[in-house]
Amino acid sequence: MKAGRYGIYGGQYVPETLMSALIELEETYARVLADPEFSRRLSWYLHEYAGRETALTFCENLSRDLGCRVYLKREDLLHGGAHKLNNTLGQALMAKFMGKRRLIAETGAGQHGVATAIAGAALGLPVEVYMGEVDTRRQALNVFRMELLGARVVPVASGTRTLKDAINAAMRDWVANLRDTHYLLGSCVGPHPFPRIVRDFQSVIGEEARRQVLEREGRLPDTVVACVGGGSNAIGIFYPFVNDDVALVGVEAGGEGLDTDRHGASLSRGSVGVFQGALSYLLQDADGQALETHSVAAGLDHPSVGPEHAMLKDSGRVRYEAVTDAEALAAFRYLSRTEGIIPALESAHAVAYALRAAEDLDKDGILVVNLSGRGDKDVADVANLHGGAA
Amino acid sequence: MSRIAGLFARKNPVFIGFTVAGDPGIGASSGVAKTMIDAGVDLLEVAVPYSDPVADGPVIERAHVRALRAGTTPDDAFALVREVRGYAPALPVVLFTYYNIVHRRGPERFFSEAAAAGADGVLIVDLPVEESGEVAPYAARHGIDRIALIAPTTSPERQHAILSGASGFVYLISLEGVTGERDRLSSGIAGLVGAVREKTDLPLAVGFGVSRPEHVAAVAAAGANGVIVGSALVRLIEEHSSDETGMHEALATAIIALRGGLVPQSRT
Ligand SMILES: Cc1ncc(COP(=O)(O)O)c(C=O)c1O
Repeated sequence: MKAGRYGIYGGQYVPETLMSALIELEETYARVLADPEFSRRLSWYLHEYAGRETALTFCENLSRDLGCRVYLKREDLLHGGAHKLNNTLGQALMAKFMGKRRLIAETGAGQHGVATAIAGAALGLPVEVYMGEVDTRRQALNVFRMELLGARVVPVASGTRTLKDAINAAMRDWVANLRDTHYLLGSCVGPHPFPRIVRDFQSVIGEEARRQVLEREGRLPDTVVACVGGGSNAIGIFYPFVNDDVALVGVEAGGEGLDTDRHGASLSRGSVGVFQGALSYLLQDADGQALETHSVAAGLDHPSVGPEHAMLKDSGRVRYEAVTDAEALAAFRYLSRTEGIIPALESAHAVAYALRAAEDLDKDGILVVNLSGRGDKDVADVANLHGGAA
Repeated sequence: MSRIAGLFARKNPVFIGFTVAGDPGIGASSGVAKTMIDAGVDLLEVAVPYSDPVADGPVIERAHVRALRAGTTPDDAFALVREVRGYAPALPVVLFTYYNIVHRRGPERFFSEAAAAGADGVLIVDLPVEESGEVAPYAARHGIDRIALIAPTTSPERQHAILSGASGFVYLISLEGVTGERDRLSSGIAGLVGAVREKTDLPLAVGFGVSRPEHVAAVAAAGANGVIVGSALVRLIEEHSSDETGMHEALATAIIALRGGLVPQSRT
């Protein structure tokens, strides 16, 4: 396979000006991978600062209810409330090793922006976060959180004013400020080497989960489920299981249904295309223009997906399914009441699918669900949707 | 000799104007192109509108949005090229596009349609040399020049690799950043022109940020064979959105003024 490719997918489809930065990033990444000082410092931040390892919680009530053994991988317990910090600490530390003096990031729901602001504050790097104007209104609380953490939030008024336009704006900033700025991309998308770097930093989820389930059960799980926006929490938990006899299921945003044009299911309903630097699956029209997407979960509201998922879909190693807004909202409330855990709406998609997957498992079957984040950020939104009633 | 080679052999330096197909509307776009040609554009760059133009600054991005809102498709961009070809048979036309537009049609079909419309070159702004093998054979088969981009951040080794597959002319990006008007021109242009000149005999044109007659003069003085103006013209379309006559006048006036910065040089 060509470097930076996952099967036919991936690559570096970027303006020439960016190529030098991608080459520098690739070289730095190879260097820090071999540097014991980098591993030592990252490990310190992950354990002492962020709170790793995260629990793999056996859910007694859920297991009784679903008729199989259900575990949640608790990325909601990571500092910041989502898996995003695994990646931002890794990349921010890398930026330090590169001598960069400034971090920029895009954010949709605000989770990656918050995680970047946290990493920037911890490592002493100023942070600017691009956020679609629509999202700054939808996620006003996270805007405040980022500002509290010392980051500057830049509303993006171009295009659809959501996540994809925030990525475009961050890329434009990066092109103009390559020498002192690191673009801290938040998912396993974009040009090589980003998909690889993000996957590696998120793989700690799967490495821990695999060890934890072996310790607890003496065997590997039957099924691992994760939600897929750009795909970083999913690739993080899947990757260490890829060569095992374990079913892997990625759950996309079904929005108002896959038969409508209001969803974010790029793998289930998209076609192959180049978007924001990589060849992957893409929701696009007949001419190649990216389509507007929809999901109740802002973090899944994106027209494309990481190239490694595209390869895993084609090879059949991972199955990709979709869950609608309504199913995710039901799962949001279900998990809250059944286990006392309020999931992020993104993660609620994985929970919703788990309810379906459990039907195929007997009582000894083991199901691991990646709970990528906690739902505090979504509580106000859900309250509005339900007219204030819980 | 191709139309592009012919132009650069005949004239030095040349004035290259940029417009987004379908801006401000599908019908109005050909009027814009004709005004630009009448006012003295030597080579026309026609952008295919795209939903996510990451190499472009706000002015050109808004033009892409206007064109898409007007319903412009790649077919309309080809139709515009065809119309320009009829209007100015000798004038070279380069299609400027993002790669997904090409990928979606398939490079074979894209280059064949571009050639049939009468385009002379294609510039794919987000297809670096590493990925350009995907289109090279089709460009060659249809006799279309692949206009290569070199940035200030491009290493000497990459410059070599890029130039080995380039034809027509080479597009030098004047600055580290996206398209858009700047008050001052980057100071590194002469150095970039000089460094690339040592590696190729192809004509060199400089773009990004060139927005005033004195910038045009500075680019020419730096030894470039062409100067490319985009945002400074596109902005006029936006500013005169409700006054078509005024828009045409403003475009013509601006092009004449910008061209005034060019002093004919003998081609070295
Ligand atoms: C909690 C949570 N889960 C999942 C996602 C989706 O991203 P990815 O697919 O990269 O994990 C997000 C994105 O904002 C998120 O906040």
